[in-house]
Amino acid sequence: MAEKLYMIALSPTMTEGTLTRWKVAEGQAFKAGSVLCEVETDKASMDYEAPKDGALLKILLAEGGRAAVGDVIGIIGKAGESPESLLAQLSAAAGETSPVTAGPATAAALQAGPATAAALPAGPGSAGGASPASGTSTSGGAGRTPAAPGSGSSLPPSAPAAEPSGSAPSSPLARVLAAELGVDIRSIRGTGPGGRVVKRDVEAAAAGRASPAPASPRPGAAASAIPGLRVPAADQTVRREPVAGKRAVIARRLSESFFSAPHYYLKRTVDAERLLALREDLADTEGRKPSINALLAKLSAAALARHPAVNAGWTDDGNGNAAIEYRSRADVGLAVALPDGLITPVVRDCGSKGILDIDREMSDLIAKAKGPGLAPQEYTGATFTITNLGGFGVEEFTAIINPPGSAILAVGAARAEPVAMPDGTVAVRRRMSLTLGCDHRVIDGAVGAAFLQDLARMLEEPGRALG
Amino acid sequence: MAVMTYREALNRALDEELARDERVLLMGEEVGEYDGAYKVSKGLLAKYGPNRILDTPITELGFTGLGVGAAMAGLRPVVEWMTHNFALLAVDQVVNEAAKMRYMSGGQFSVPIVFRGPNGPAEYLASQHSQALESYWAHVPGLKVVAPATPADAYGLLKSAIRDDDPVVMMEAEMMYGLKGEVPDEEFLVPIGRAEVRRPGSDLTLITYSKPLWTVLEAAEELARQGFQAEVLDLRTLRPLDEEAIYASVRKTNRCVVVTESWPQASVASHVAWLVSRNCFDRLDAPVELVSGEDVPMPYNHALELAAQPNVPKVVAAARRVLYAEG
Repeated sequence: MAEKLYMIALSPTMTEGTLTRWKVAEGQAFKAGSVLCEVETDKASMDYEAPKDGALLKILLAEGGRAAVGDVIGIIGKAGESPESLLAQLSAAAGETSPVTAGPATAAALQAGPATAAALPAGPGSAGGASPASGTSTSGGAGRTPAAPGSGSSLPPSAPAAEPSGSAPSSPLARVLAAELGVDIRSIRGTGPGGRVVKRDVEAAAAGRASPAPASPRPGAAASAIPGLRVPAADQTVRREPVAGKRAVIARRLSESFFSAPHYYLKRTVDAERLLALREDLADTEGRKPSINALLAKLSAAALARHPAVNAGWTDDGNGNAAIEYRSRADVGLAVALPDGLITPVVRDCGSKGILDIDREMSDLIAKAKGPGLAPQEYTGATFTITNLGGFGVEEFTAIINPPGSAILAVGAARAEPVAMPDGTVAVRRRMSLTLGCDHRVIDGAVGAAFLQDLARMLEEPGRALG
Repeated sequence: MAVMTYREALNRALDEELARDERVLLMGEEVGEYDGAYKVSKGLLAKYGPNRILDTPITELGFTGLGVGAAMAGLRPVVEWMTHNFALLAVDQVVNEAAKMRYMSGGQFSVPIVFRGPNGPAEYLASQHSQALESYWAHVPGLKVVAPATPADAYGLLKSAIRDDDPVVMMEAEMMYGLKGEVPDEEFLVPIGRAEVRRPGSDLTLITYSKPLWTVLEAAEELARQGFQAEVLDLRTLRPLDEEAIYASVRKTNRCVVVTESWPQASVASHVAWLVSRNCFDRLDAPVELVSGEDVPMPYNHALELAAQPNVPKVVAAARRVLYAEG
């Protein structure tokens, strides 16, 4: 039975949201748990997941439109079912409650309805009804890549629900790959047992080639048998991956920061011997040591306590009312690389926590970020951020400030170097480069430099943090 | 680097640990006067005397229990079972006492003990003495289980096992005692719980442990001749499993065959196959294959005995199934 799809509260404090992108086209089937649309809440971009299996019969809120929690944004039901009676009911209700100016969300969206549908890519699934291969095998794969526009253009969007053609079996990897490469898996002829669509079939389809015969030798295997003979390079192929979800949020936030906050950078090299020794001292009975980043977070918090001007942020309400917020707690973010982007889990109030507590919390957050994912309150609101590419052997680098903080500390690899010592001798010491990126609207050069000087002293002589 | 046999590597590990820690002792049937049924303990009685190298009666339940009690009292016994087939008599002491003591005493007792001996089929030993029983031990929380396939691992894992504060069961193999391999001259440990890639490859992952490693490496050579690069992962420890190493390899190759000489049902290998299916589902291009010992008591007839075990053609055939390269 057709039913209304309501805007729901996707964060505890959300009262309304902007629908940034529909991930399912009108008429397309979806599985429970797959992403129907992306909604920007007050805090983050969230995936709106399907509560059950079904099909999207009608879109009532166009992309870019806003809706309050509880507003109707679409109609869902069984594939091929008509939304008409429910639509009539909705427009009648809109007429009753608001005879002159139609209700803000529903009626306006009703008008936008046909145009919206036309503007949406007619995904290949739009006429196909429920299909096991509609790319919903993982939320990651399906969420990142909507079906390629136009690839199903032979089917008119208004065609009646046809018999599902996607009954051919496919391997899990083939389904994920097809979603990633924007290939309609139902259009592929499988070469596995029983016609199973497997990896090589999807790759062949994506490259625009016919599937190879099952027993054909693998590319390269035959060529390498003849020494000295090289296979000519294949033609350049380009894979276009539409940007959505996390990637889009990362791109927008970094651009906003870099183009609105005037960045400048201060660089300093510190002697890391005492810091590394402290790390050894903190090892537990099984030899597990806290991460360097936990030490950096703790000492940064100590330096921030002495330089509150650095633990601050620029705010602007968009009407010319700017203010600088000074924060009482050092909530330290750590940039963490993920396979599909990056995220900055935040350890709250590092000033009042011990290094081992910070380390434990940090590693829990990192594990969660790499696994099930962090809740918005776990990665937003850092007042200061640390990013460390030392593990990649990077000696020094600059970073983009992570709002709402105003400073970011970029940490390079600790490397043994010959150093001229105060007594005139040369010693080999492990040193590490620090590059502090600052928002000049909040932190003037001398303020940033004084902070970095104190931080460098604490890193070289951690006991100073206790002073 | 010295080349030595698996037997000599075990002997060196025992010798070093007996010298290092006076709480370490070796006990079992014929480990002393006879230098061990497979000569693993050769020379140790002469060097350490009858208080450290104990010949026991033919009573597996009795001397295994004696070892568990000694471990609770502060010693670090190594209990040699002449084979794991005979250890079936001692299951109660291992499963109900050694494996449970830390848990049921609320941490008041630990049981630092090693149970070791040959496992799996040798030759002409028939049903009762040709069993690969590692899954019996790997089934039990509270035990650690190691199954080294090379002399270096036999040395390094036995030393780690002796130093571990919890009971460790070690699976050796009669057919491997004479196996030669390089063992570094300086002392080293092989950590429990760490798998090892024996051969890197990109097209499929062959997962195995203990003696079948050598069959699998041979199969990988054959697959290379056919144009397929197999990655061979040697688990080395069966409990706790190095799951990350398993997933890293399968996520790279998208295909997996697990090889064991044990029976197929409720085995370490079938558990690994489930873990891969569960945790690499979206990276799999084919169902996980299992090559195991056949699901029968071991035949005495030698031709049938060989046919009941994993061999190169069986591994290659399974590999070609996951590669969709049959026929």
